[in-house]
Amino acid sequence: MSSSSHSPVVALVGNPNTGKSTLFNALTGLRQRVGNYPGVTVARKSGQCDCGEGLKVELIDLPGLYSLSAASPDEQIVIDVLAGNLAQERRPEAIVVVADATNLLRNLFIASQLAELRLPMAIVLNQADIAEKQGLKIDTELLSQRLGGIPVVMTSAWKGEGIAQVRKAIASILKQKILMTQVVWPSELKEAFGKIAEKVQVDTRKTPTASTLQRLLFDTSPNASERLDWPMSQREGVIREARDHVRRAGYNPLAAEPLIHYAHLRKILDGVVSGGLVRALRSAAVDRILLHRIAGPVIFTSIMLGLFASVFWLAKFPMEWIQLAVDALKGVVAPALVQYPMLQSLVADGVIAGVGAFLVFLPQILILFFFIGILEDSGYMARAAFIMDRLFSWCGLNGKSFVPLLSGFACAIPGLLSTRTIEDPKARLATAFAVPFMSCSARFPVYALMCAAFIGPLYGPGWESVVMVGMHLIGLLFAVPTAFVLTRFVLRIRPQPFVLELPRYQLPKPRDVLWRMWQNAAEFVSKAGTVIFAITIIIWALCYFPRSPELAEKIRSENPTLSANEVQLRAQAAGIEQSWMGRFGKTVQPIFDPCGFDWKITVGVLASFPAREVIVSTLGITYSIGQDAEADSQDLRQAMQQAKWMEGPRVGKPIFSLAAVLALMVFFALCSQCGPTIATLAQESGGWKWAAASFFYMTFLAWVMAVIVYQVVVRLS
Amino acid sequence: MTPLSQLLPGQYGKLVSLSPERAVDQRLMALGLLPGMVLKLVRRAPLGDPIAVEFGGQVVSLRMAEAESLWVDVAADCPIQKPKATP
Ligand SMILES: Nc1nc2c(ncn2[C@@H]2O[C@H](COP(=O)(O)OP(=O)(O)OP(=O)(O)O)[C@@H](O)[C@H]2O)c(=O)[nH]1
Repeated sequence: MSSSSHSPVVALVGNPNTGKSTLFNALTGLRQRVGNYPGVTVARKSGQCDCGEGLKVELIDLPGLYSLSAASPDEQIVIDVLAGNLAQERRPEAIVVVADATNLLRNLFIASQLAELRLPMAIVLNQADIAEKQGLKIDTELLSQRLGGIPVVMTSAWKGEGIAQVRKAIASILKQKILMTQVVWPSELKEAFGKIAEKVQVDTRKTPTASTLQRLLFDTSPNASERLDWPMSQREGVIREARDHVRRAGYNPLAAEPLIHYAHLRKILDGVVSGGLVRALRSAAVDRILLHRIAGPVIFTSIMLGLFASVFWLAKFPMEWIQLAVDALKGVVAPALVQYPMLQSLVADGVIAGVGAFLVFLPQILILFFFIGILEDSGYMARAAFIMDRLFSWCGLNGKSFVPLLSGFACAIPGLLSTRTIEDPKARLATAFAVPFMSCSARFPVYALMCAAFIGPLYGPGWESVVMVGMHLIGLLFAVPTAFVLTRFVLRIRPQPFVLELPRYQLPKPRDVLWRMWQNAAEFVSKAGTVIFAITIIIWALCYFPRSPELAEKIRSENPTLSANEVQLRAQAAGIEQSWMGRFGKTVQPIFDPCGFDWKITVGVLASFPAREVIVSTLGITYSIGQDAEADSQDLRQAMQQAKWMEGPRVGKPIFSLAAVLALMVFFALCSQCGPTIATLAQESGGWKWAAASFFYMTFLAWVMAVIVYQVVVRLS
Repeated sequence: MTPLSQLLPGQYGKLVSLSPERAVDQRLMALGLLPGMVLKLVRRAPLGDPIAVEFGGQVVSLRMAEAESLWVDVAADCPIQKPKATP
């Protein structure tokens, strides 16, 4: 920390998909830190880069972007970092622009915009290997000369070629402060900038930079003026006037910037690039199959089925091993602490269970990100979004929402993490909101228990499957309108146009794929993992305290004929009844009364807020079957079938009537009962606001629907 | 002049005008899609929307509703060529 705070900061900037991250990894090795910019969900990556001769720089990998127009949070972050607007960030002293050598013109547009910042700059032309394959020849010396003498380096980041030259280039621009040639603005534009600059000075007493003036003149978003604290009422007139001035010169003020930069760049590139008119013909040929009207969707479906099966089934094995390891550890530790029941319970059911609680998600996360890595690096992800977009666009999501939602059917955690692949922040947040509605595998035991104990025996296996399928669809049924309302009326984020580059196909590099798996898993463990651990401990305490140590004694002396095992089971049941959770359950039972839940179900519902599948073992405890009860436990089924109301208006009637069973399942289908989901949602949405909103919304919705289902079914039957 | 969204798959067109006040068009201009540029509607997605458009050596997916403000002159069968600098 201390050494890096003295080293100069250098920023990597470039279009998406140019290989910026790959270059960043090559330059920094494993010495990097990943975080978030405060208040936004834009990832912040920084690392130390050794530039030789004892020069160490702090390299930051800024989000990929096509333009500095400040239309998206990503773009705004780049502008703010480069302008030194962020309090916690040191301003970069130099910029390295990463460009895709196979599409120089487009990639240099951002460089030309960046030149206005007057920071020392170097240009890296990456993917040199592909350029060579396409027969492109780039005269880097001529290009460097035309750009004002800034270093221009050809690299193949993923082969590690040219990395040393990049280090050298960074050292030289820091030392010699070489600036890139700027575009020459026509006089009318200069005058327009002048008009705005004058007014800014008068109104705010600040001297705006050239780059700020351009944002003020060219952008429709108010971000630039907000950074200056320049109120709307003061700026409106002068900006309109300046734009009119530009218009009189024959330029549309909103189109002038790209027109002038591109014209400038065409001149610069004239004679620099030769050959290589054959564009990736192979990608076009592959697209003819993968995007074919019939073959396309068929292939897409098979790929996604494979992905889902892997996350759903393949992950089960390592998850079981983790569970076994956790149980084995408990088995070793628990007997050692048998003298101290409280400590024993804390270690076994709190600490060890808490670590297990987030470790079990790792297999699914790793597997999903393995697939996502392959899909993204191969270029198929963009095609998948292209195929699916139609189905999602009408409700404010986009084609990239598909993979997160699909993964949500296995588990919301990897689903939420994969919303990172969605560029549009509005669609990303709406998708993250919809993912927890998908019927994850943890809901399955609840449905299975209820169906096997009640629906099957009473109505036959046919209805059992109908209810099962219905429960899996109900979440989707509510998620779609939720996303619609959210994107249409609630979220005040500018939607990004769904303009998606369909990149060239290429074989993914195993190293990159593994690296991405590892990074996502590590981030999950360090951020959401700690929260999940804490939640487990808190819930453990609520279910444990207060507990009188004489409980078992009392039960034994009252029922001398009971076996030791039964005494223990009853003591457990009595213990949870006495705990804060039990008391709380009894207190709030009236709230759940309209859904037909008694206090035992209520405690089960409350105790399963951190993890919904806990309901089965909690019911096991409250019905004195023991906490190891599984969904297929005959004893538990019987106990539940025989359970009757002991008091109140329904006294003597079975607790688990058809209405109550359906209400309970609907409640579980919709309710936000998963601590890890909330923790991950907070991590991914950049704060607790949306996590809390999701929690209360889903829980309230679940309660309302459970009440409706119970009351309607009771009246019908 | 026709809207880009009405081109047939495989057809070329020369961009005549766009609507710079729209966010989509601003993004496209940043990608280098400027008046005078030749582009090609490569294909439609299996469900009819979005469309894949090729220009300046790249293929980009665009929603139909977003392609409506792009007006092109249909070119009979001209290959993609280097666009000329436009004022
Ligand atoms: N052929 C080739 N591919 C490369 C090279 N460098 C990176 N890639 C690939 O290009 C793709 C994009 O690389 P990233 O490093 O993720 O690109 P990025 O610019 O950080 O992209 P964003 O994360 O979208 O901003 C990956 O599939 C890389 O494997 C290279 O030198 N040659």
